[in-house]
Amino acid sequence: MRLEYFEMIDSVRSLDRAAGRIEARALVPEASPVFEGHFPGYPLVPGVLLTETMAQASGYLLLAHLDFALMPFLMAVDKARFRSFVGPGAVLDVEASLVHDGSGYAVTKAAIRTGGKALADAELRFRTMPFPDGLDAPMRARARSIGLLDGAAA
Amino acid sequence: MSDQPTTGSTATFERVADIIAETADIPREKITPESHAIDDLGIDSLAFLDIAFAVDKAFGIKLPLERWTQEVNEGKVPAEEYFVLKNLCARIDALVVEKAAKA
Repeated sequence: MRLEYFEMIDSVRSLDRAAGRIEARALVPEASPVFEGHFPGYPLVPGVLLTETMAQASGYLLLAHLDFALMPFLMAVDKARFRSFVGPGAVLDVEASLVHDGSGYAVTKAAIRTGGKALADAELRFRTMPFPDGLDAPMRARARSIGLLDGAAA
Repeated sequence: MSDQPTTGSTATFERVADIIAETADIPREKITPESHAIDDLGIDSLAFLDIAFAVDKAFGIKLPLERWTQEVNEGKVPAEEYFVLKNLCARIDALVVEKAAKA
């Protein structure tokens, strides 16, 4: 994870297009400016960044599902729960599954576990729309760099 | 267009009105078959997608919002064809029939 660059997902461990499911991994860095404020002397990954992590795992799932024809943008977060604290050095297992593929929008459920323990979960909704000019290539490059399409089971 | 029924069934309207009231936090009594979702009820695009998700789930259909939006934006279809609730309900009924025919 590069928290301050909003690069939350380090690698895709599996992608099952048929089942609409992705598993990804994220390693919380040992140091980040984020921890200077959250909290001084007691570093914790903020809940909003755990939400973003779930959103990005869902986003990559949707990009694969949509075959990069549309870009998902987060539009709603429902039932978000942060069940435990997590700090520097933790390995996060992130999973997301497609709940509903609507017209112009999509719904996912996502969760994060660390060391087998539930850390966060939420139901997320995305608007899916044509890529704004210039965003297509960097999103594909980023997806490639985390192994999104290497992990495809189907 | 012309093959669409002109108004939705009462049962469909009741169900859709309940969904709108709950999802968009609008008093149920304000919602009538003649209500325009945007002009009368003040539903914005985000809330409309919340409603679409609830409608998709409740009726087991997929409202073709992208096509509708394109048709309205291109001036091919007046917005009230989709956003006045009796018309929306008629389209929901047609999609339910269409889905049943395919099953």
